[in-house]
Amino acid sequence: MAERIPRVPVREQDPKVRAHNFEEVCYGYNTSEAQLEASRCLHCKNPRCVGACPVGIDIPGFVAKVAAGEFAAAAEVIARDSSLPAVCGRVCPQETQCEGSCVLGIKSEPVAIGKLERFVADWAHAQKANHSEMVPEKSKETVQKGKRIAVIGSGPAGLACASDLAKWGYDVTIFEALHKAGGVLEYGIPEFRLPKETVLKHEIEEVTRLGVKIETDVIVGRTVTIDALMGQEGFKAVFVGTGAGLPKFMGIPGENLCGVFSANEFLTRNNLMKAFREDYLTPIHAGKKVCVVGGGNVAMDAARTALRLGAEVHIVYRRTENELPARREEVHHAKEEGIVFDLLTNPVQVLGDEKGWVRALKCIRMELGEPDESGRRSPVPIPGSEFEIETDTVIMALGTSPNPLIAQTTVGLETGRRGVLVADENGATTRPGIFAGGDAVSGAATVILAMGAGRKAAKAIDAYLNAQ
Amino acid sequence: MYPILKKEMLTPTICRMEVEAPRLARAAAPGQFLIVLPDEKGERIPLTISAYDPARGSVTIVTQKIGASTADIIAKEPGERFRDVVGPLGQASEFVAKPLEELRKERFIFIAGGVGTAPVYPQAQWLHEHGVPVEVIIGAKTRDLLIYKEEMTDVCDALHICTDDGSEGFHGMVTALLEKLVAEGRTYTQAVAIGPMIMMKFTTLTCKKLSLPCTVSLNTLMVDGTGMCGACRVSVGGKTRFACVDGPEFDGYEVDFDEAMRRQRQYMAEERETMERHECKIGRS
Repeated sequence: MAERIPRVPVREQDPKVRAHNFEEVCYGYNTSEAQLEASRCLHCKNPRCVGACPVGIDIPGFVAKVAAGEFAAAAEVIARDSSLPAVCGRVCPQETQCEGSCVLGIKSEPVAIGKLERFVADWAHAQKANHSEMVPEKSKETVQKGKRIAVIGSGPAGLACASDLAKWGYDVTIFEALHKAGGVLEYGIPEFRLPKETVLKHEIEEVTRLGVKIETDVIVGRTVTIDALMGQEGFKAVFVGTGAGLPKFMGIPGENLCGVFSANEFLTRNNLMKAFREDYLTPIHAGKKVCVVGGGNVAMDAARTALRLGAEVHIVYRRTENELPARREEVHHAKEEGIVFDLLTNPVQVLGDEKGWVRALKCIRMELGEPDESGRRSPVPIPGSEFEIETDTVIMALGTSPNPLIAQTTVGLETGRRGVLVADENGATTRPGIFAGGDAVSGAATVILAMGAGRKAAKAIDAYLNAQ
Repeated sequence: MYPILKKEMLTPTICRMEVEAPRLARAAAPGQFLIVLPDEKGERIPLTISAYDPARGSVTIVTQKIGASTADIIAKEPGERFRDVVGPLGQASEFVAKPLEELRKERFIFIAGGVGTAPVYPQAQWLHEHGVPVEVIIGAKTRDLLIYKEEMTDVCDALHICTDDGSEGFHGMVTALLEKLVAEGRTYTQAVAIGPMIMMKFTTLTCKKLSLPCTVSLNTLMVDGTGMCGACRVSVGGKTRFACVDGPEFDGYEVDFDEAMRRQRQYMAEERETMERHECKIGRS
């Protein structure tokens, strides 16, 4: 019977309106919508969704509480496994994780697990529910262990690691290089997908309420070294969650022309520095027509930001729509908002005018050949098919790699391919007492995977310190 | 928050401030820089470090008013605070890591232009204190814009002054003075030029003519200063480098200055707009 209820659509801002503002696209469910959607869950004996969640949230458990209208209880269930539900409900690629494994998805549409998670987190926030009080576990019985632990980076990996350790009684300090905590959640993901004041700030406050201290403006490797932290400053263990922050460029001619930006620069100006607001001083250049090169979430974020700043925007991607690595919802939203997709198209040169500014992007048409190591069919250029797209701004969204600073300034920390830190499955690096996780170890991945890695490393740090 | 301990106007538009930033003061080395975010709504502005005092837990910065954000920095008074001061950023000057015996065989000539004189000071000081021969040229448009004259005298073997209008010292540009000094028989083995991009470009050309190696310190655009944004990318020896993490100092011979100058002006249109908005706001209050 449950299968007969169609997936409850979520209310969103009209695409024509939202193309001109930075307000959140999705309004989320209200209580009756959430309860109706939650009632669709079949409560499988062997819930595949839980296995597909990188942090193993008891999904049928919290969904049942939502269906029953027990939202506080639902929040408690989620809090056992996730410290950032309002974020993950918004930015997780649910279609390849929980929702992608939902049995309902075989014949109809999966339960909207992401939207339900978001609903619960937002509801709890609105009730001013105190997560740290709601967490049922050991935290209260645990004696303060007093041991100091340094967490480097306040992105998803660091926040997750720090909250677990704080719950277990450790004295945790997070060191953040930028002037605001949140890592990629702050500088990378735009307001219209993840509101900073109403959602992110609150999630970070939840972490500090557990007793975690956050020291901003500390670039570990420059302002202080890991050795100094573990030596003079007395930290017994360190977790490195520094993410993958270095932008990649294509290495084609013309990339240093004026008007070519990394997506990181473009998004940092807009998100962290709030360049879209008139009362903030940081400038941003979106131009009249923007080509965003790449097909991931960052490409969609940059494209939709440029659109909101008033530009005509094209996504230039070398494969087809099926291979776009972005969340499906982002692609859908981007199209609704009027972003043009130039697919099977790859830039070969950025062309400039006499003043050194971009005037066009020279591209070549591609076709799909044999599958490559990622399993995706690899794009092959069609000889002689070069053409120009006139544009005044080019944004490169080609992925990012880890910052080498910590590895360069810490003796005994080994790095692997593309500069990632070498760590075992529990996050232990090649140096005792130093753990790592998230994009710094995996290379650019997702918020939830980073969170999962942070939590695993927290367990390993606890075990390491107990064995001392 | 980072309290301002002292403030002094060196010229009507150039201001020296001592700022409390203990971690930064302990870690800083010659050649490095920092970033100041004056207020919540301000811009992250890269500035050179002209002194650092680990004991007092302070750093000294010298700022020239060139836009809305630098104006905001200069407008602060002792007792007020900057929202953020972060660093030290970039690599320390190469000489810091060199063996002293080798270094003492060198003869350094610093060529300082305008506000670029401030970051020359800790470098000359470091070398002078370590017994390395060092001379300094300070150039400015006119005598009122010369900074760090007295301070510099104490940290070098010879100080040479020039002004474009001849109001003090040698009448002419730093490049002409450098050529004159060499023609007079002074010998140098390493030049370091810090100042406006155009001045570093022409100083490098002069050094090439004199077969004198020339290090330059690039003041490119930056947002984070940690290698994240790539706004600071420069072509050095045909390769793209990030001034914030690979620099700020590079071999001047290898730098594509024309590209660097174009990139530095990239946000000029937007900045002009901001400046206008900002000034009319200030005017209202």
